[in-house]
Amino acid sequence: MLDHVPASGCDTRPILRERGQREVFCGLTGIVWMHRKIQDAFFLVVGSRTCAHLLQSAAGVMIFAEPRFATAILDERDLAGLADAQEELDRNVTRLLERRPDIKLLFLVGSCPSEVIKLDLHRAAQRLDRRFNGVRVLNYSGSGIETTFTQGEDACLAALVPELPSTDAAQLVIVGALAEVVEDQWRRLYAAMGITNIAFLPARRAGDMPAVGQGTRYLLAQPFLAETARLLDARGARHLPALFPLGAEGTTDFLRAGAEAMGVGAGRFAEATAAAEARARAALEGPRARLAGKRIFFFPDSQLEVPMARFLTRECGMEAVEIGTPYLHRAHLAAEMPLLPAAAMLSEGQDVERQLDRCLEARPDLVVCGLGLANPLEAQGITTKWSIELVFTPVQGYDQAADLASLFARPFARRDMLRV
Amino acid sequence: MQLTLWTYEGPPHVGAMRVATGMEGLHYVLHAPQGDTYADLLFTMIERRSKRPPVTYTTFQARDLGGDTAELFKRALLDAAERFKPQAFIVGASCTAELIQDDPGGLAATAGLDVPVVPVELPSYSKKENWGAAETFYQLVRRFAVKAEQRPATCNVLGPTALGFRHRDDVKEVCGLLARLGITVNVVAPMGSTPADLTRLGEASFNVVLYPETAGVAASWMQRNLGQPFTRTVPIGVGATRDFIAEVAALAGVDATAMLAAEESRLPWYSRSVDSTYLTGKRVFIFGDATHAVAAARVAREELGFEVVGLGTYSREQAREVREAAKALGLEALITDDYLAVEQAIADAHPELVLGTQMERHTAKRLGVACAVISAPVHVQDFPARHSPQMGFEGANVLFDTWVHPLMMGLEEHLIGMFREDFEFNDQAPSHLGHKAAPVREAPPLVEAMAVQPVAAAVLDVPVEPRWGADAEAELKKIPFFVRGKARRNTEAFARERGVATITVETLYDAKAHYSR
Ligand code: SF4
Repeated sequence: MLDHVPASGCDTRPILRERGQREVFCGLTGIVWMHRKIQDAFFLVVGSRTCAHLLQSAAGVMIFAEPRFATAILDERDLAGLADAQEELDRNVTRLLERRPDIKLLFLVGSCPSEVIKLDLHRAAQRLDRRFNGVRVLNYSGSGIETTFTQGEDACLAALVPELPSTDAAQLVIVGALAEVVEDQWRRLYAAMGITNIAFLPARRAGDMPAVGQGTRYLLAQPFLAETARLLDARGARHLPALFPLGAEGTTDFLRAGAEAMGVGAGRFAEATAAAEARARAALEGPRARLAGKRIFFFPDSQLEVPMARFLTRECGMEAVEIGTPYLHRAHLAAEMPLLPAAAMLSEGQDVERQLDRCLEARPDLVVCGLGLANPLEAQGITTKWSIELVFTPVQGYDQAADLASLFARPFARRDMLRV
Repeated sequence: MQLTLWTYEGPPHVGAMRVATGMEGLHYVLHAPQGDTYADLLFTMIERRSKRPPVTYTTFQARDLGGDTAELFKRALLDAAERFKPQAFIVGASCTAELIQDDPGGLAATAGLDVPVVPVELPSYSKKENWGAAETFYQLVRRFAVKAEQRPATCNVLGPTALGFRHRDDVKEVCGLLARLGITVNVVAPMGSTPADLTRLGEASFNVVLYPETAGVAASWMQRNLGQPFTRTVPIGVGATRDFIAEVAALAGVDATAMLAAEESRLPWYSRSVDSTYLTGKRVFIFGDATHAVAAARVAREELGFEVVGLGTYSREQAREVREAAKALGLEALITDDYLAVEQAIADAHPELVLGTQMERHTAKRLGVACAVISAPVHVQDFPARHSPQMGFEGANVLFDTWVHPLMMGLEEHLIGMFREDFEFNDQAPSHLGHKAAPVREAPPLVEAMAVQPVAAAVLDVPVEPRWGADAEAELKKIPFFVRGKARRNTEAFARERGVATITVETLYDAKAHYSR
């Protein structure tokens, strides 16, 4: 993933670049929420027992219903003969699709092992796509050697972009997997401004994916969609730079960028959003009381760290000690970076041991980190928040701003209650 | 290539992690990509360990592949040596690193470390978690254990690991038993030991193997090379615990008569108590790792009076033991790691109780059958706050409680059977059992079933699904809701087997007679 040259909002603070041990999930993890988002899609990982185990562990509680994902586990025979591996894959996909006639979109998801042995999943997807009428077969890689956690969603959406139908019609597309409640809120807000030619990528069903083209203006709802954005640009769509829709401030800036591009005046925009924004700000008062003045430390994980830190420092009164992120996409974060407090250290990449040293030295009030680190830090008296919860919970938009703040406030509330 | 939705076992390097995380003073340097660090959460979240597993992952990336991943490995090893100062290292590769063939063992040998490094080669594409744990422990024992003068009536306790199913409590229970017999425990390993402790293993005169899955290979090696016999009985259940006591007493040369004469567990009396009569012949399906499955079959049959209607395991390495146990019960063992195959077998066996893993717990829930968990793979619930062993006499008490409570109590069952038309005995009535009855799949409406099925049968040549006559349907409604699903399934299966197209009241009672004992 290349860093782009800053387009605007140039931020000159020093950034600590780390290249040691990383304690983050790989892109396969995105399947855990993407398979719920696209309701007729199936994700077939071509990988190892490790990949299957990761998915099962990251899904946390085992999902009750039969999930719409699985792993085709490579064995020694597949490694010995790649041609046979392709045949084996065909056989497995055939069996799978026979069992699940409800599936309309199948992703073959590459893993580290399939990438290292150069198993050509693109060719496989094309072949299978021709074979199964009515089932679109695409591929992407969620491997840990290429993707970090949320980048799996980027890779998945990027695989969809070239497949989208074409249109030159003027429209607004919001990109990134969002909770349905968030999508519905935004549809209502835009409808109040008179904008109805709006679409979401991904759609809830494979057959409803939006068309894109010259007339498309798009907003990135998530900060980790670099490749998807690049391919949308290649289709003639144009990115609308904005803050990410976390908190009242972020949501307003985000929605305004869309409104402006669709020709809505400032007055009409304010009219449509003022009440919701005021409600969000009022709701933030409660959690803010707990968070103000508290020092927060981010371990790199979802790439949501920068907008999250912006929200927590500007709207909740927190102080940021370190903001670690796996990748700093300077162009997409151009509006965000200047809003970060000058005192906060920004780090990109990771050396987990050294970062733990810094963290223990700084003794922050709250640490945002992955599941592997949380309890060990708690055992040392440091309050933590699991970053994965931020990806699995609806946090974007006005009416979720207080929910987002409450996620961070709850560990403090708990600490206050406990006498053990 | 095998299509997998859920797996019973992780990859073999997770087995190595279970050994390393259970031990102190041992550090594991694992050549692996970043995503493999997920394994840490198994220990910190599921087992709620307060320390990170002692594992350094090299987390190489695609851009490193063209360059020098070997150098990356060496640097990670040297950094870990400086930071953690372990007594010893194990080094190895995960599935991806296995493909790039950097040879962690060879690299470590030339790294100039002043502590021992034990390479563990775990073939990721053919082996699994338990095998990985066994191999790792075996390699450690081979490296560190030496022949020594054996102390009388002294044993090692082998097999417990981090993330083990009730290992924490079993160790406490078994060590307590041994202490009361006057047997000294020399080393408990891997969990709780250091590499230095492993060098003292030879001082024991025999070994107690709690979990053959993880310690069997090491114990055989120690028998051959250190002259230490090892125990074959796993003390799960009252009978097995008594056998175990006799076995260790003989190995240690101590007198266990007093202990064997005393009735130490409540299970035998509870099981003989008249209230337990209703347990007689309850149909139970058992699936888990081999050790727990075989032990559960004996307890179920001999100590609770259940009828074992299915027995299986996901561990192919120990399949032989399970096959033998199944044969003795007149069953064919189910050896598979495909949870859908297990689900099918459970559905076919119509059990009243499933003793399985967390996977079977979900299956049982879906099928509306009672279930208790007896084996790994583990879940956060398998690390209860209270002492809850599976082994020893206290373990037998735990088994009685956890297996019997999911079943309906004795007299209560008769009352509900007699007064099934009582309006409170229906699906909507509040339940004092603490859980709602599982939703029961209702048959399709008659009209629809009649319209669709003959056509489907004619075209596809599938067997005709029996349909419910109105009288039978009404009779079915009189059956208490918590057994109605089973009655429906049993009757349909019965009708299907006999080619009965329309289920009548007679079919219902024929089926009832057929399935009752
Ligand atoms: S890091 Fe690679 S090998 Fe590990 S789980 Fe992710 S894709 Fe599979």
